[in-house]
Amino acid sequence: MSTDTLRTARTRRLSRRVGRRLGRSDLLFMSVISLILAAVLFATLYPLYFVLIASISDPTAVATGRVLLLPKNLSLFGYEQILADSRIWTGYRNTLVYSVVGTMLNLVVTLPAAYALSRREFRPRRPLMLFFAFTMFFSGGLIPTYLLYKDLGLLDNWLVFILPSALNVFNLIIARAFFENSLPEELFEAAMIDGVDYFRFFTTIALPLSKALISVIGLYYLVFHWNDFFTGLVFVRDYDKQPLQIVLRDILLSNQAFSGGAGGAGGSGGAYGQRYADQIKYGVIIVSTLPVIILYPFLQKYFEKGVLIGSVKG
Amino acid sequence: MSIGTTTGTDAASRRPGRTAAPPASGAERRGPVARMRRHLGRYWQLWVMLAPALIVVIVFAYIPMYGIQLAFREFDPTKGLTGGEWVGLKYFRQFFESPLFWDLMRNTIVISLSTLVLGFLAPVLLALVINQILHSRLKRFVQTVTYLPHFISIVVIVGMLQVFLSPETGLITRFLALFGLDDINYLGSTTAFVPVYVLSDIWQHTGWNSIIYLAALAGVSTHLYEAARIDGASRLQIIRHVDIPALVPTMVILMILNMGGVLATGFEKIFLMQNTLNLPVSEVIATYTYKIGILSSQFSYSTAIGLFNTVINFAFLVLANQISKRVTDTSLW
Repeated sequence: MSTDTLRTARTRRLSRRVGRRLGRSDLLFMSVISLILAAVLFATLYPLYFVLIASISDPTAVATGRVLLLPKNLSLFGYEQILADSRIWTGYRNTLVYSVVGTMLNLVVTLPAAYALSRREFRPRRPLMLFFAFTMFFSGGLIPTYLLYKDLGLLDNWLVFILPSALNVFNLIIARAFFENSLPEELFEAAMIDGVDYFRFFTTIALPLSKALISVIGLYYLVFHWNDFFTGLVFVRDYDKQPLQIVLRDILLSNQAFSGGAGGAGGSGGAYGQRYADQIKYGVIIVSTLPVIILYPFLQKYFEKGVLIGSVKG
Repeated sequence: MSIGTTTGTDAASRRPGRTAAPPASGAERRGPVARMRRHLGRYWQLWVMLAPALIVVIVFAYIPMYGIQLAFREFDPTKGLTGGEWVGLKYFRQFFESPLFWDLMRNTIVISLSTLVLGFLAPVLLALVINQILHSRLKRFVQTVTYLPHFISIVVIVGMLQVFLSPETGLITRFLALFGLDDINYLGSTTAFVPVYVLSDIWQHTGWNSIIYLAALAGVSTHLYEAARIDGASRLQIIRHVDIPALVPTMVILMILNMGGVLATGFEKIFLMQNTLNLPVSEVIATYTYKIGILSSQFSYSTAIGLFNTVINFAFLVLANQISKRVTDTSLW
């Protein structure tokens, strides 16, 4: 293994040296690549940066295009309005509860099942895998689901955010592939000789060795719950139970927002009111997306790992 | 390390023979009941571990599938999911004959196909470009940045579209006005809806979707690059003859998977971007099912439309898989 890495390192150095000797057409090529990369980076980051500076600038300066690189005439009007709005904080609290409880349930359901499906000597695992995978491509559709939830008493019930999404088959496949490829088989053999059963092996040996996997699928589930909008839209009417995304929809998209606050400003003239409404929107985008953006750079390697673990087995 | 893994695979391949074969032959003599008992005796713990997942899938995926028969029945509130009188294909006929049918089909196909084609090529191109970066810290940085939008919620994405494209004051509106593209209301226009939808989708997901291609490129042997360079290949030729062939198997698998979604446009984003002005091009099967079913409670009709959609998707998936199996020898099953 170590000689192999040594060799690739050497060839890489070699090929880079070969690369230096390349001619003018390659120079042109590299400049084109650099230009494309710069454009991609700009197109990805600037919109997010603009939202940030727009949220703390004077709305009129934003609307007339005088805020481009730096914030102008600092104004925290949007954030004041947001802080005063109880809907956002109720939504935040709900989403936090649904995400944390939901993700824990997700892990409790997904990990043991994935482990069972990863055991090679367990004959039914192939048909069972098909049984799970089929649901990725075929579903009952919206209305049968809705009527079922109605029968089960899940409509307007906070459990609807947690129970139906307790298992994601894609994450199940990732977890199974991880257990299959990353747990050395002799570990299991040795444990079996010591009289360890499946339960004990899973909890005392497999799980402690699977921290990377648990982080990956835990994060996938967490992001799913944080961004879940559909469940609240279709299955919940009671506003006190709505998650952040529904509240965001109402503020960002329906313009029914802040009838008390910015709506008052809106009363004094259409375009003028629109500016203030826009500033609240910029602020809301920041407030709702900040947790994800702050955590993201630290967690990114785990997200990426998930894709790679999953692709091992197609 | 390498010694450890060889014994591991050896043990794994030996295992079924040693543990499963002798009991199986013994059990066959005693019939299926005894065999079942033996299986459960050995594996009941695995079944316990599977139970929660099985229950979730059965209750929340298979029972609704059973409820699909509602599409062929009259909905009866007292009988719920399966009840009501059998009406056969009445609701399918109603849908096919509805004046909305062709509009819905056209809108759904236009939106999903343009997302499919453009959204399919962009990550490949991005991966090829990122793969050219030699400086590893810079490469990391580019990857981190381009993955980021994937995690922003759809509501926020559509919210950003609204402020950026708002008439006169929006950032993008003002930028495009520099090129003479003024007095267009990008949010409420039948011509701008699809481009806005597709481009924002590409903005959000290209980076993330390129991961899998970057992994495939990382697996290309350095000897291939070396040989190509010694033969005097330019960088463009290396991309053409080394990089792209390395990506083809991954591209095929992803294409098949995407085919399963030909009529599966993302409900949430379209629903959020809809308004009365763009409705002629933005009403798709998914949003129509929601409105007909949840908002106006025509349960049977909505179920029929949903089933039609699912069946078409499933058929496309199977078809794409068959074609690929024959042409490229790659397939899902």
